[in-house]
This record gives sequence, structure tokens and C-alpha cells, in this order.
Amino acid sequence: MTESVTTLPPTRSTSGFDIKSFLTRHGAWVALALLILFNLAFTPNFATWQTLNVNLTQVCAIVIVGVGMTLVIATGGIDLSVGSLMAIAGSLAPLIFLGKLFPLPHPAVGIALAFVVPVLVAGAFGWFNGWLITRLRIQPIIATLVLFIAGRGIAQVMTNGNLQVFKVPEFQYIGLGRLFGIPFQAVLMVVIVVAAGWMLRRTVFGRQILAVGGNERAARLAGIPVVSVKRKVYWISGLLSGIAGLIVIARNSAADANLVGLGMELDAIAAVAVGGTLLTGGRATVVGTLVGALIIQLVRYTLLANGVPDAAALVAKAGIIVLAVWLQRQNQS
Amino acid sequence: MPLLLTMQRIDKRFAGVPALRSASLEVEHGEVHALIGQNGAGKSTMIKILTGYYAKDAGEIVFDGKPVEFSSPQDAQKSGISTIYQEINLVPYRSVTENICLGRERRRFGLLNWPAMHAEAEELLARFNIRIDVRQPLMTYPTAVQQMVAIARAIGFDAKLVIMDEPTSSLDDKEVEVLFGVIRQLKAAGVSIIFVSHKLDELYAVCDRVTIMRDGRTIRVSRMDDISKLDLVTAMLGRELSRVLHEDGDSQRASGPRDPLLTVEHLAVGRKVHDVTFDVREGEIVGLAGLLGSGRTESARVVFGADRPEGGKIQFHNVPKPAAEPAEAILAGMGFLSEDRKLEGIIPDMSVRENLTLAIMPQLAKNGVVDEARSREIVDRFIERLGIRCASPEQRIRELSGGNQQKVLLARWLCMNPRLLILDEPTRGIDVGAKAEILSLVRELAGQGLGVLIISSELEEVVEAASRIFVLRDGNTVAQLSGDAVNEQDVMAAMAHGHNELRETVHD
Repeated sequence: MTESVTTLPPTRSTSGFDIKSFLTRHGAWVALALLILFNLAFTPNFATWQTLNVNLTQVCAIVIVGVGMTLVIATGGIDLSVGSLMAIAGSLAPLIFLGKLFPLPHPAVGIALAFVVPVLVAGAFGWFNGWLITRLRIQPIIATLVLFIAGRGIAQVMTNGNLQVFKVPEFQYIGLGRLFGIPFQAVLMVVIVVAAGWMLRRTVFGRQILAVGGNERAARLAGIPVVSVKRKVYWISGLLSGIAGLIVIARNSAADANLVGLGMELDAIAAVAVGGTLLTGGRATVVGTLVGALIIQLVRYTLLANGVPDAAALVAKAGIIVLAVWLQRQNQS
Repeated sequence: MPLLLTMQRIDKRFAGVPALRSASLEVEHGEVHALIGQNGAGKSTMIKILTGYYAKDAGEIVFDGKPVEFSSPQDAQKSGISTIYQEINLVPYRSVTENICLGRERRRFGLLNWPAMHAEAEELLARFNIRIDVRQPLMTYPTAVQQMVAIARAIGFDAKLVIMDEPTSSLDDKEVEVLFGVIRQLKAAGVSIIFVSHKLDELYAVCDRVTIMRDGRTIRVSRMDDISKLDLVTAMLGRELSRVLHEDGDSQRASGPRDPLLTVEHLAVGRKVHDVTFDVREGEIVGLAGLLGSGRTESARVVFGADRPEGGKIQFHNVPKPAAEPAEAILAGMGFLSEDRKLEGIIPDMSVRENLTLAIMPQLAKNGVVDEARSREIVDRFIERLGIRCASPEQRIRELSGGNQQKVLLARWLCMNPRLLILDEPTRGIDVGAKAEILSLVRELAGQGLGVLIISSELEEVVEAASRIFVLRDGNTVAQLSGDAVNEQDVMAAMAHGHNELRETVHD
């Protein structure tokens, strides 16, 4: 019934402990805690350094892309191109440090450029997404579908569809290196999550992102530069996709334009949804996205470690997403 | 006479704050019952409890002879209680027929029976004297027609009780008359109506009895014939505000000419604005009057940079170039309170504090980081100054009543210390008390040098507040009134006849 749609949501009573309201607000943390407790009890060798590192390395790329996705979704948009942008960055980097694009004066220069240029290129493509959305007023899901399709094509054209195999430890530090025994990529992930979370909460830009997602017309009339805010979030999403692309190829010692970042857009969106960010925009949590990605990863790990096949793990993943989105709906209505 | 509805000793708390305290409401068969009170008095809560949108904490409801407790508005609707909300909650992209028959489509052989549905929709609308092509999408019709469709839809369900929550707020006088005709017709057919409105004249025109609420309590129940307007307002407000309401608006009219602040000449925008001219001086309140669709809002939006002009000249202060974006206008010292609070005003999921400081965020920041301490300080000051009622500054704005939301939005502009404030329907849908408060605040600020451009459908309000009035008709400025000519009769005459007094007054 359309008549039931009104402006005021019921405010819940604070008297007594409301389990449902607690779960909708902190459900992701509770789920993560339960998963860890379950594994401590039943999974052999769970409480080891190695298990932690395995899970962290599995989840880093998703979280880094998920942070960008969180910002995009917070403005009420979506970015389907992230996987393809990873492929572009991942294909470009070996071309640079292997000297295939231009002769290198010194190997170190190649490695430095291989970090910087692919990320900037992915950022530029992200900016293009934002341009399509703000200038041509194309809906985000369609605008980013353009590069979802074309981006991987661009990556394949750049590499002639060849698999690039390499062994360059200096470059691969981003995927394989360790800082005080912790994988460098995990450190990078934490830095990105903390920076983005702080930005969203404390800065003018963060407030502007949420205002645009919460009510775009009101935001514009309050003087918020809606167009530039939107372009920036897609640009950031592009940059972060580029970084994730580098991590993936460094970890694999190989770059395959067909495979880098394949299906990443869906993993990232799933992490954002499970983490508790409102998919319609206006309310977002970067730390939630980290927790969401950890939950999805940990469920998969739990099932695999206990002898359940990967195919079944996929079904479990879908189940978690449904549950998370349902909980979110409960909070809304 | 047996009662159709009895609500007794209803209690309701939100987050521990009492919204209703042993409130009651009784409606007879076939009566039009007015429910009035300030924002936050508990009218909406009472209605939402009746229709099952909220659950009550205590009390009892008897409807049609049986104790009831509805679990949802749909549930209430099945029992014969229909609600028409202020906002139009229909599907704009679908046809009028689909909107009317939504949820109770006629089927034949498992398919939709379109001829029967179109006929039903046409028949229903005919009762409202509306003859339109029901096959067209709803959004192709004016807001007023859409409102009528919403009303027709609600009445289409053999309702015993129809709740109308400010049904006239977006209708013009003629449409209001049509609506009143329908109300009388329904009444004659034995249907009862609960009528929520802030327009006192309307209550006297159609209502039989009135229930007055204040601070979550039922203060008084009376026959409309037995209560004077003044008594009604006094009961609604308590005491303290009646003084503000009658305060003389003439004090600031006497002040002499000042420096020009905003000058708009021969403005043209789209199909609605052809030749609009007006100006505002420092410390002056200027009214922009005109019927719906006369181009008032469209002109104001262009001045604020929200839309692009196609012709004419806009000069604000010393800036020769008109603002291309609201952000520019704000930097130059302009504020704009939109007529549509929900669509263009509040960011519903943000807190009172975040909403209030939205426009001054850049000034509140150091190196892009929001200065929370200063923000809190400013917000506390304005919450106190405007008497905004909220549990805390961190409460989400969507949880506030309409009048309090409006005050937050007003504070959003006041806290930036503007030179010019454009108020588009600043008191729409809010109660008499908040209305008086807002108008007296605006007057006080004008006394300190703020220029104000006020747009309102309520002539009374424009006449009371403004020292000069420009009258628009069909996208043209047709008159400028000042001094003794600022009265309802002259403004109405200009709106109706549109004789061009502009030339004489401007050049004298």
C-alpha cells in the first residue's frame, strides 16, 4: 500500500534491551565474533599466525576495492568497473617494469613508475566514470557498465592477450613483502581503511559525500558541489582499484588480463552490503566494509577447513548477503 | 448517538520522551471532526496509532462498536479507515487508473480488466468534478489534480472513516471548494472524517466538532459553533505566543530607503517566467505574491543560482554576474529556504547538527577537517535561540516534527549570517505557534540589516511581514505595492486584475 509510506520512522524504546535493534546495528561485529569463536573451538590450527596471514592476504584486495565502493555507494551510486580497472592496472605495470613500453634508464625507475602510472591510469578511468555520470547524466549502473565491459578489453589489447610472467621482488613487495611479520598488503589495507574511515567521519568531503547520498537536491541547495563530489568518489574508487590490481599480480607473479579482478565488483558490493552501508546512499561505514569482507572470507575459510567443497561455500556466501540485507531492511522500515 | 470511534487514555513514548499522555479522541457517525494542535502536540502520533503505524503503550481504541488494535495501515484500511497524507504517496509514472486501482485491480480470466478499471476511475473522479484522461501517467497532471487522485483513491475503498492530514496544503481556492463539496457529500452518506489542518477558516467551513491537542494531551473538545477563533488559537498555544501573533508589523515599515541589495530586472526563465522585476534593499522585507504557477518560486530559484536565467538582469550587492550555482550564491551571502522541506531541505539520515551546519561547513573547517567543537557551539546556540525541540543535536532530523525541521533549516541559513534570505513558503505545514515565532524572528533580523524576500501563498502572512510587495501574474510583475497599499484587498485586486501599477510606482 502506498499510503503506508510516510516521513517519520518509529523510534524504538530504549527501555529494556532490544535484541533486534542491537543486531541490526552491530550484527556484522556479532557475526564476526561468532565465526572466530566457532573456528577456535572446531577448526584445527586456527589460532596460528599462518591462518591469520592466509585470511588477510585473501581479503586485502576486496577490502581496498570495497573502501572505494563504500564511498561511491554512500553518494547513492555504484561502480561496476572496479574489476576491469584492476585488470588495466595489473596489465600495465609489467609492461612498464619489463621495459616493453619504453626503454628504462634504470630498473629502479621502471619499478617506481610501475607503482605510480597504473594507479593513476586507473584513477583517470574512474574520473571518466564520474564524468559520464555527472556531465552526461547517465545512471551510475549503466555508466560504469561501459568500463566493466570495455576496460577488460583495453587490458587485453595492451597485452595482446598474453600472460605476462615475471619475477621482480622489488615490485612484488606490495603483494608478498612483510612488515614486522605482517603481510605488507594487510598493512596497506589497514592504512587505507583508517584513512577513509576518518575522512568520511571528520572531514568536509566526508560530510559532503553523505549529504549527496542522503538527499542530492537538498545538498545542492545547501551549496555542496555535487558534481565534483561525485567525480572525486569515482576517481578514488579507480585509484584504489589500481592499487588492488597491483597487489593481485604481485601475489601471483603473473598478470593475466582475463583474470585479474574478475568478479571483484560483486565481492566488493557484497562486502559493503554485509558491512552495513546503506545501498541507497546517505549512510556508510568503511570499517563495516572491512568487517563485511572478513565475514565473507572467514565463512569460506571455515567451510573449506572443515571439508566442505568450495561450491557449497558460494551458496553460504549468498546466504550471508541475503541475511545482511534483510537485517538492513529491518532497520529501515 | 453512538460513537464511531473512541480512543481513550492513549499513552505513547518515543525513546523515553512522552508523545501522548492519556490523550483521547471521539468521532461520531457522519461528522467532520477537526483535530488541531501545534507541531509536536501529538496529532500525527494519535493518527498513526489509530491506523496501526505505531503501537500504543497504553489505552484503548473502539471502532465501530468493537475494540481494535490494527497492526498496519493496510489492516486499518480493511476495517474502513482510510488515510490521506500531506505528501502524495502515489506512483507518478503510472496511469491515473493504475494509481486508483492499485492493490484492488479488477481481473477477468486472470488478466487485468482494463475497461472496467478505467470506467471505475473515471466514475470516481467525476465525483470530484475532475474529468481527465485516466490513461495518462499521473505525473502529467498538476499537483492539485494528483492530490485529488489520492483522495479519490482513499475514498474508493468503502471507507467509514477518512483521515485527511492537511489535504488542502497544495490546493488552490477553487479546488478547496471542490474538496469541501466532496466532504459534505461523504458526510451525507454517513462517512466520518477526521480533518487535520492549520488553516482556521477551513475548520469553520466544514467541521462540526473540534479536538484540540497540546503537549500530547487532549486539551479541549467543542462544537465548532461554540468556540471562537481566538479561543481556538489560545487553547492550541497555551498563552505565551498570542502576543507575538498580534504584534504590529508596521514598526519596520516606517524606516526610510536604504541601499539596494538585490535588483532583478525583466527576468525570463522557461515557460513560467516572462518578465519579472523586483528589488530588495538592506534591512527590508519584500513580499513576492501571486497565485500558484505565477512564477514566484521559479524567479527565486534563478536568483539563488539553482536554475539558469534566459533573459534579464540580476544584480546582487556588488556582484554583477548572477550566481551559476547555489554554492556561489551562498558565498556571496544568500540563503534560500525551499518550499519543499522533504524533497529539497532536509538530509533525513543526518543529525540535526549535521543538517544545521551543512551550508557553513567550509567555513567551519580547518584544512578540510570539520571543527566539531565550534560546530557544536553554533548548533547549541541556534537550538536555543529558535526553540528547536529535539532529544539531542545528534538526533536524526527525520525524527523531528515538521515545524522543528523547518526551524533547523531556517537555522541552517541564519548561522551563515546572510545578507539576503529568500524564504519560499517558510510556514507551510507548520502550526500557528511556530509560524508566529519564525515571522517575528525574521522581522528582528531585518531590523539588524538582513534583506528578506518572502514568498507565500497566504496573503495574510505576506501582508503582515512585508513592507513592499511585488505581485506576479502568469510570469509577469504586474504591480508593486508599498505603504498603505500593502493590504490584502489591494494585493488581491492586483493578482486578479493585474493592472500595471508598476510603471507609476517605480518612476515616481
